[in-house]
Amino acid sequence: MNKNSIEKLVFGFFSSVAFLIVAIVVVILGFIVYRGIGIISWEFISQPPKNGMMEGGILPAILGTLVLILGSCLLAFPIGILSGIYMNEYAPKNIFKKFIGMMTNNLAGIPSIVFGLFGLAMFVNFFQFGVSILSGCLTLAILIVPVIIRTTEESLKLVEDSYRLSSYALGASKFETVFRVVLPMAFPNIITGLILSIGRVAGETAPIIFTVAAYYLPEIVLSLSSPVMALPYHLYVMATSGIDLTKSRELAFGTALVLMVIVLILNFSAGGLKLYFKRK
Amino acid sequence: MTFKKIREKFVESIIYISGTFTTLAVLFIIVFLFKEGSGIFQKTALEEGYSLAVNKFNPVTKLSPEEIKGIIEGEYTNWNQLRGNNDSVYIFTLSDIESNFTEEELGAEFEHLNQKISEYIEANTGVLAFFPSKYLDSTLTKINVDKITLASIIKGRDWYPTANPAPQLGALPIVLGSIMVSLGAILIALPLGVIVAIFLAEIAGETLKNSIKTVIELLAGIPSVVYGFFGLVVLVPFVQQIFDIPVGETALSGSILLALISLPTIISLSEDAISSAPQELKNASLALGANRLQTIFGVTLPYASSGIISASILGIGRAFGETMAVLMVTGNSAIMPKTFLEPVRTITATIAAELGEAPTGGIHYEALFILGTFLFIFTFSVNLIAEFFAQKRHS
Repeated sequence: MNKNSIEKLVFGFFSSVAFLIVAIVVVILGFIVYRGIGIISWEFISQPPKNGMMEGGILPAILGTLVLILGSCLLAFPIGILSGIYMNEYAPKNIFKKFIGMMTNNLAGIPSIVFGLFGLAMFVNFFQFGVSILSGCLTLAILIVPVIIRTTEESLKLVEDSYRLSSYALGASKFETVFRVVLPMAFPNIITGLILSIGRVAGETAPIIFTVAAYYLPEIVLSLSSPVMALPYHLYVMATSGIDLTKSRELAFGTALVLMVIVLILNFSAGGLKLYFKRK
Repeated sequence: MTFKKIREKFVESIIYISGTFTTLAVLFIIVFLFKEGSGIFQKTALEEGYSLAVNKFNPVTKLSPEEIKGIIEGEYTNWNQLRGNNDSVYIFTLSDIESNFTEEELGAEFEHLNQKISEYIEANTGVLAFFPSKYLDSTLTKINVDKITLASIIKGRDWYPTANPAPQLGALPIVLGSIMVSLGAILIALPLGVIVAIFLAEIAGETLKNSIKTVIELLAGIPSVVYGFFGLVVLVPFVQQIFDIPVGETALSGSILLALISLPTIISLSEDAISSAPQELKNASLALGANRLQTIFGVTLPYASSGIISASILGIGRAFGETMAVLMVTGNSAIMPKTFLEPVRTITATIAAELGEAPTGGIHYEALFILGTFLFIFTFSVNLIAEFFAQKRHS
């Protein structure tokens, strides 16, 4: 065989591998849609669970997830964006900046269960917040801050220096340059990153098991100091320890589908926003 | 200073402060994890508040946790197996009190309990008494049990933290479980990932490339519980059928699932590395008569090798730290794994599954925090190494 036919063979093999991966993704998503779509109904989404999780809907879990998203994002967005601004605009390029960058990257790579342990140790026990929305939101916020810092930094880097220089040339201060010129230009990309981190928070289970998640709370109590149901934890419990596994399996599929839909909507809007801003 | 300047300075100081956030977070995490877990090194591997006592003629003064477990399970029946005299081992615990003493002898408020226990121990040379410390007189000969050390946790081969009376805290099977599952995942994901990365960077056209990249991002966005659920419902029965084994919850299932989860990371990082190979280098190769395949394997891949290594190290780190997906598909047994086709337990799954039932501040709780500290240090080092390789690329 000459080298060109070998090349054709190998390239053909490579493309089939790539399509295999695509097929796997389609299978996973399709399977969940297929098994879950029958369970989804208006009642499922809007009703609290009844009868010890055997019937009814998952409204508290949906609300719980929304509350957790809201709380953690309120905490994480300002810190993350300001940190990112610091890293890219204000920090002197010395060894400290490198060190902080290292810390940020490593924090981003820490397993989510370690965050759960930390949240348990610091917020639930040490600060005595107990298993509560407060503990959960704080833990989740720490989880996503590194991600937000990274995307903010990347977005700010994309703004060409010429803009900054022209702003200085016109007499603006550093502050004015950052907040009136650079940040607005970087904002679309930052927003994309923020939406993606919302998706991440919605799906995280390990950080919330010990800090906020409850299994069966049909009455929705939305106070800072109470535990709350959440979609990912709900899915986990339904899948592994329901009393009547065949029935809870069906409900688990519905929960999985709802969770997937939320995450997919968030990811697609982030991607769509990116394209929209690219064209502008 | 004008009012505007004051405002600006204020906001800027907040910005400077927020720069320290991640460093502080890492510091706090290390401190708190270790604080919650370090108490374990002051404790002995015996249930809290309990002591072991023996007859004063018994020369044995020390027992290891494994030996205590062996006694309870009937492995050791004679003290001469434990460096003692030729005497049958006789276990004496709270549950034996009722059968040996009457209510009268014990007293209405059990005030004679301590005395009765001491008498019993004096009377029987082979006895091993296990009671809450307050019921054992200080005159009795107590057995020393070793304090728990880091070495005992790492080398111990049994993980039964709720065993009575001696919790077994050997984390070796769990660590091996994590290593097995992560290595298996990388063995699957690395070749597949690099192949797809090559395809995306060198072979696919623009539109195909973007569509596949979107699909890969979808894969990356799926929460790990959903992966775990899919694995539980589809992969586990599949593995069970194909290999004809009693349960499908195996290390193999875990590795396959983890490979899927780490695939997007490996693909995107490798693709970055491969695309960064300068076009001039590739053109030179082509000019010398090589076709695209030879250029890829002879020029592009070696150039991107450190980036690909960095990507795989990050993938290993990601796989090692994955919790929910492995928890749901690798089964529940913390026994030393021998093959890929049996259930294993990873460090992450152990923490997630057992922390809910470990009483706060107890030995089990602290042991789990020690595992968490180890996990933190491990992933931290892995990230540092991966970053080192990524930096190499830029030199």
